[in-house]
Amino acid sequence: MKLLKKLDTIFSILLFFVVPIGLYFAFFYAPLEKIMGLIQKIFYFHVSSAWIGFFAFFITFIMSILYLITKKIIYDDIASASAEIGLIFCTIVIVTGPLWARPTWGVYWTWDPRLTSTLILWFIYVGYVMLRQFMEESQKRAQFSAALGIIGFINVPIVFLSIQWWENTIHPNVVQKGGGGMHPDMFVAMQVCLFVFTIIYISLLIRRLRIIFLERQVKLLELD
Amino acid sequence: MNYFKALFTIVKKDVLMEMRTKEVVNASLVFAILLVIVFSFIMEPGSEVEKKIAGGIFWMAVTFSGILGLNKTMMSELEGGNFEALMLAPVDKSAIFFGKVISNMLVLILLEIILIPLFLIFYSINIVSHPLMIAVLFLATYGYALVGTLFSMISVRTNSREIMLPLLLLPIMIPILIAAILSTNIFISGSDIIYSYNWIKLTAVFDIIFTAVIFGIFSAIIEE
Repeated sequence: MKLLKKLDTIFSILLFFVVPIGLYFAFFYAPLEKIMGLIQKIFYFHVSSAWIGFFAFFITFIMSILYLITKKIIYDDIASASAEIGLIFCTIVIVTGPLWARPTWGVYWTWDPRLTSTLILWFIYVGYVMLRQFMEESQKRAQFSAALGIIGFINVPIVFLSIQWWENTIHPNVVQKGGGGMHPDMFVAMQVCLFVFTIIYISLLIRRLRIIFLERQVKLLELD
Repeated sequence: MNYFKALFTIVKKDVLMEMRTKEVVNASLVFAILLVIVFSFIMEPGSEVEKKIAGGIFWMAVTFSGILGLNKTMMSELEGGNFEALMLAPVDKSAIFFGKVISNMLVLILLEIILIPLFLIFYSINIVSHPLMIAVLFLATYGYALVGTLFSMISVRTNSREIMLPLLLLPIMIPILIAAILSTNIFISGSDIIYSYNWIKLTAVFDIIFTAVIFGIFSAIIEE
């Protein structure tokens, strides 16, 4: 608890410095895109949120497995905190995606595999968070949400594959091999943003864990 | 008691109970037929569109009426503490689970068997127009029963069970739904059946992965 408080302070101070750096790299360091112009700046936040969202769900997946093996409630705490944060980043992805797509592709939404699987991923973790809210008993809640955390995550590649077969893709592959080129400065800016988002994720995770612990303490005090 | 004996005892119990009460089949069957009728208002009567979306209507009717049935069967398990009693039995817990999967699957297959002639009557469409369709029916229904049984087990323990089941189940089931609908459409339209192979493989992979995963985690998520 003390350690978490300390970490929370350290990361809050760290965020104070790294977030402006991230904004500087995204808005000033990276060159302006020729065709898309300013709207392309959304790319740095959209892609970073997507990566952090997936990473958060991956952490939920790992922690769910660890919980089922060890039955230590701390893993359930981390899994649920990470899922909530992942859901926030996933929401950012789904909101910024259409904002960017409308001026560049001409439509808000296309049924492309990446978009559609992100949306389905979002629904799976909305279900996860709701399931936790609708259950009182903490052990059953931890066990059931661990099952969902594992099955939901394993399902992602299958969903992706099925949607890819269902509809041919038009999503540009910017980062993968053979995709459209990116200015080296843009790539640096993206990596900086990804780093900043990782710090945001860790700091949110620590703060959420602190809240979970405090809630538990309050509940214990109420029982006394 | 060995694994399969336990499994089939559960199936026998469920079949016997269903034959006596006919609760689940009656409720979901009427709902399924009603859905087929209501869905028919999507298109103009006798239009060519019928052939293109009949597969979708068939699987949607099975999915939604199946959710109704799954809720009902799991509720009757929970009433009177039957489920807790089953979990005390000195057999592998997953044998009980897979017994429930098989009995839910039997109910779904019965639904499908009754729906197939209905499509012949109302739309003059033969759903089973190719022998491979039997494999699709079997694999997709098994996959549905598999995740459906698990999530109905989870959702009946929550405060709002009717809402939780579809919310958890539908996003996970998307690969199966896409595969089942598209391969059914391939058979109905008389296109080259080669196109259906990938979908059948995908459904089989989904079934195998989730059978293995649930087999692995089931006793950990259910034990007290």
